[in-house]
Amino acid sequence: MSEFNGILTVTVFLPALAALIILIVKPMNLDDRIVRWFAILSTVVAFVLSLVVFLLYDRSAGGVQMVDHLTWLSAQTIKSSYLLGVDGLSAPLVLLTGILGMAAAFASRNIALRVPEYFIWLLLLEAAVFGVFVSLDLLLFFVFFEFEVIPMFMLISVWGTGRPRYSAMKFVLFTLAGGAFMFVGIFAVYLTGAVETLSMVGVPELGIEGIPEQISGVNLIAPASLIFAFFLIAFAVKLPVWPLHNWLPDAHTDAPTAVSVMLAGVLLKMAGYGMIRINIGFFQETRGFTVHDAAGILSVVAAVSVVYGAIVTIRQTDMKRLIAYSSVSHMGFVLLGLTAIGGGTAAHQLGGINGAALQMFTHGTITGLAFLMVGLAYDRTHTRHIPHLGGLWRRMPVIGIFFFIAGFASLGLPALSGFVSEIMVFLNSFPVWPWAASVSAFGVVLAAGYVLWMIQRTFFGSKPPEGGIPDDKFEELSDAEPLDLIPILALTIPIFVIGIWPKVVVDVFKLGIEGILR
Amino acid sequence: MHAQDYWALSPVIAMAALALVVLSADAMLAEKLPGGRRWGSKRALSWVSIIGLAAPALLTLNLWFGWFGDLTSDPVVYGTFTADRFALFFQFLIIGSSAVVMLASVPYLTQFKDSLGEFFTLLLTAAAGMMLLVGASELITIYVALETTSLPAIALAALRRDGFSIEAGAKFLILSALSTALLLFGLVFLYGYTGATRIDEIVARLATVPFETGVPFGSLAVMLAVLLIVAGFGFKMAIAPWHMWVPDVYQGAPTPVAAFLSVASKASAFAVLMRILYSMADFEAIAQDWQILFALIATASMTVGNLLALSQTNVKRLLAYSTIAQAGYIMVGFAAVSVASSSDSPSAGPQSVMYYLAGYAFTNLAVFLAFTAIVHRTGNDTLAGLSGLLKRSPALAILMVIGLLSLLGMPPTVGFMAKAVVFSTAVDQGLVWLAVVAVINTVVAAYYYLRVVGLIMFGQAEDEDPIRPGVGELTAVSIGVAGAILFGVIPWLVLEVVDHSLTIV
Repeated sequence: MSEFNGILTVTVFLPALAALIILIVKPMNLDDRIVRWFAILSTVVAFVLSLVVFLLYDRSAGGVQMVDHLTWLSAQTIKSSYLLGVDGLSAPLVLLTGILGMAAAFASRNIALRVPEYFIWLLLLEAAVFGVFVSLDLLLFFVFFEFEVIPMFMLISVWGTGRPRYSAMKFVLFTLAGGAFMFVGIFAVYLTGAVETLSMVGVPELGIEGIPEQISGVNLIAPASLIFAFFLIAFAVKLPVWPLHNWLPDAHTDAPTAVSVMLAGVLLKMAGYGMIRINIGFFQETRGFTVHDAAGILSVVAAVSVVYGAIVTIRQTDMKRLIAYSSVSHMGFVLLGLTAIGGGTAAHQLGGINGAALQMFTHGTITGLAFLMVGLAYDRTHTRHIPHLGGLWRRMPVIGIFFFIAGFASLGLPALSGFVSEIMVFLNSFPVWPWAASVSAFGVVLAAGYVLWMIQRTFFGSKPPEGGIPDDKFEELSDAEPLDLIPILALTIPIFVIGIWPKVVVDVFKLGIEGILR
Repeated sequence: MHAQDYWALSPVIAMAALALVVLSADAMLAEKLPGGRRWGSKRALSWVSIIGLAAPALLTLNLWFGWFGDLTSDPVVYGTFTADRFALFFQFLIIGSSAVVMLASVPYLTQFKDSLGEFFTLLLTAAAGMMLLVGASELITIYVALETTSLPAIALAALRRDGFSIEAGAKFLILSALSTALLLFGLVFLYGYTGATRIDEIVARLATVPFETGVPFGSLAVMLAVLLIVAGFGFKMAIAPWHMWVPDVYQGAPTPVAAFLSVASKASAFAVLMRILYSMADFEAIAQDWQILFALIATASMTVGNLLALSQTNVKRLLAYSTIAQAGYIMVGFAAVSVASSSDSPSAGPQSVMYYLAGYAFTNLAVFLAFTAIVHRTGNDTLAGLSGLLKRSPALAILMVIGLLSLLGMPPTVGFMAKAVVFSTAVDQGLVWLAVVAVINTVVAAYYYLRVVGLIMFGQAEDEDPIRPGVGELTAVSIGVAGAILFGVIPWLVLEVVDHSLTIV
């Protein structure tokens, strides 16, 4: 049986189509401005589509909606279908991708080098991320998950700063190595006798049974713990979790601003999404080993990620690198929230995972905003070295204000979104893993330290007398342009909305997570 | 011989006839007419060859679709040749790759001036031999077909007549002789043990002899035969540990020849080995040990190919090692072949191998032929020569990058899908460790493929002169890339055809 709703296919392939159009008209050597605005416009349309998907998702019905289903690969040993759909877990993440895709395109306005190519890769990146969040077929999910590497490789290598090629290669090799484990994991799941389809969730209307139901209580082809570990490694690299986080600071530091925004904003979320969908979704009733058994160890790893990430963050002197390391710390909270599955009441499990999902959403907007502001400041000062900066507030108050908002949201100020997600994670993981949660709480304290200290050193005080920007140049520094406010507001509004009224997103996530928990 | 026999052989005969036509035309064009004029330019030979390929192609299609009545797929000509769909699949692949290689090499060949005719004649003869080989179902025919393939290939490798090329030819000649000697030895063992040369008779005789337990392959004679046959074809397939000639020959041979060898020669050797192997797959004792043997060869080939490719600075050598690794991936599917009789999807192994080979043919031709077009114009076959290609020739650069990504196995290209199918077949047969080794190998391979991609996309060009590929070259490379993408995005296009070609199971 097949069904084709179409809206998700359009959402995924619209950016890819725009990229194709740019590629086709490239030999005409159009003015860069036309290409740029065409690309930006297509991301706006993609954002509108993602918003439509989010709003159209029927909260009273729940389950998987807007399904596109076609047969795709039918070899004797592996059958896979083109199966797209959204549930409560993916709908907000699709919206997040739309928001950040648009913000990234706006933030790329000043790219001058090889403009058409740049936007081709940026649009392909957005398409791949959309694909990851809406693919319900495991192999299709993997295809998008891996494809995203190519645009990232190109974007960092060509338009990056510092040591771009080194960082790009490091990013690719880490991701591919992780992906390789997942690849084997997919086969191991699929080739288990009881598994007939590769659908990650069941779609009752189409008669498709999801992998979780198919493998519950069945002996897998390899030990369940091993397969669990294969998937976990792939996502732990991407999230990233200590000690596999090594690629992240390099990739972030050397990537162009918009790419950092995408990387922190949505690419890391693919990993958290995968953990919920696969590591938690698949391994609750498997024989011999379940995700509950791994939660204890993971809570320790999460605590180490949070605290280690925060400590390393404090001593960074490069603004971008600082925010990159803070991502390691913040993504540790995601993992901590997920470990609530290891015990406690059903409400705690649901709350913990919901907190983790919300943390992904909020971190996407907050860190996206932070990278955007650093990018704007760097465009003007041409240095990100913190000791060389100071007193920027006087020259760029608007950038300063929004940097402040990002910073405060990041350290968990109430009424901003970071607070809601972190408190949800703590409240629900504490009853299960009191020690790990308590230790992780120090991450928030340290976050206050590094965020405030960085803002103080860069935006306040006075310009350092030596090594900094020359006086005449400093007086010429300008503030953000009006057009910059579009991406800024696109990211700031969700921070406030979720901070004040978290229900908009939390309730949707809850629907999806309830479907995954059994 | 009956009419059926001629029909079954018609594509091979047409290919051989085409080679002779080109040879005679070459002789006529060399002859001066009274008054010093010639019949015409030798360039016409290329078009005669390419357009002439329509004849064997149409005859293959005729056999496939049965336009002139259903034709037999049983062994013909006293059981020496079988024109089943399995053979037709590979024959079509060989004709297609010959056509694409010829199309792309026309500008390259201008440097050969007078030996243009030789190139086409030899290539067509080799192709005719390969087409015979993929359908051969009798040991002596296999041997003769293999020699018909090898000798023109050796001459082709030496066609450039400079130091490297002569060395390539000599090396190829000696190792080819050695490998066919090994193969012959293996065939003799098989004949000595069973007293038959037809594969179907051999299988029938094997069924009557008891297999010993504790001896690999159930008997020493079969073991020796198998090992020697695998060794003999191992050279042709360019798998480790019989890979030493590959980098030297690919480097020295004209680049289109290397492209042809890396695809057609490899595919035909895989096909004939698959035919021999599958006829015996019902014998549990043989199949079990076969699995171990091929799993080890696959591991060696992937690992050696990828590790040695890492440090190469010459593109042709790098691509040569990459083809060794690719052959290793195909061998993974082979290893899954063996115990097929006890599995619920008995033809999964050959299906995966054939899908991989089809995808690999398109992908590898795209990369090799794009490089042919480049090296012909720059004369620089080192990695540095590819630096900044994107600025010098955007079209070739993008096509070559897609080809490389497909070799690497990046979705959504056919390289990824083929790997997914092959590795899943291995896991299906319980070879999880082999799939893990293969996947780790693809990560290693990512490094050198991406290094080339990086150079093409971001390198600083030493010399900014644009490279303008000809229409024929661009068409040929585009066909390869189109296949690489299309078969990856819509895998059933090929899988459907492959499913109909699984006549050997």
